[in-house]
Amino acid sequence: MTTKTLKATVSGSAILPALFAVVLGLGIVTLAGHVQASALHDAAHDVRHATGFPCH
Amino acid sequence: MMRHMTCATPPASPATETMFSRILTSALFAGAAAGLIAALLQFVFVQPVLLHAELYESGELVHFGAEAVSAQPELPGLFADPMRDGLSVVFTMFTYTGYALVMVALMSMAERMGHAVTARAGLLWGLAGFISFHFAPGLSLAPEVPGVAAADVELRQIWWTATVAATGIAMWLIAFGSNAMAYGAAALLLLAPHLIGAPEPESFSGPVPTELGALFAARAFGVGMAAWVLLGGFAGYFWQAESKRADAHA
Repeated sequence: MTTKTLKATVSGSAILPALFAVVLGLGIVTLAGHVQASALHDAAHDVRHATGFPCH
Repeated sequence: MMRHMTCATPPASPATETMFSRILTSALFAGAAAGLIAALLQFVFVQPVLLHAELYESGELVHFGAEAVSAQPELPGLFADPMRDGLSVVFTMFTYTGYALVMVALMSMAERMGHAVTARAGLLWGLAGFISFHFAPGLSLAPEVPGVAAADVELRQIWWTATVAATGIAMWLIAFGSNAMAYGAAALLLLAPHLIGAPEPESFSGPVPTELGALFAARAFGVGMAAWVLLGGFAGYFWQAESKRADAHA
């Protein structure tokens, strides 16, 4: 029982940080590439075009 | 004393914290370095084409007008608009840091599965990232020069996101799947977005010469590939360096 719990904790501790980093990374990409708020769009305009995001 | 305190905390939290800080540190270094190089390459190779196209977008130059237009107009020099160009540098570094977080997190999972993650292997990771995030969506939604006609932006974003997800999964299956079923699924995932098709505009209205549009797309892909391959190499390098540091401290 103890071993089982420990195993679950260890594998969880490996997946969770990776999962969180993926979510954080995708959030950043969405903010920089997709959000259409006009201040953000204008600031990131050239980058969106050059990096192949749908822009206007 | 410190050692003792660390041991007293539940086992999940320090491990989780270390793993996350390793991912974060590697991704920040790799993303900032590759993003800076990407921004510089874009200034030299992409931005002049974009500024040139904007002369047509704004109507300052007219394609197929009464008179032939020079293909070499006066363009503002590099950093002529410090605010605009500065923001581009910041956002390019920001974007590549986002890519790096995703990539390094997946690298940590691959390493856990027993695959070596090195700077050299990172070059392939970078290529796979480029194909997933830039080339595959761009194959049916070509990198847009300013002024081109395009379908509704939300529809294109949905297609873009789905294509990146499908292609990313396909790249993982090709790299780490080891049977015909995985490769078959990967082929389907690679093809499906393009067979379904990207949202298209109802009519063409772009005022920009096709020569500039083609050059822009080619340059965007070329710079994207260079930056992504570097991102992968840096990510592999920093991940390995961080792992060695973590092991030395353990």
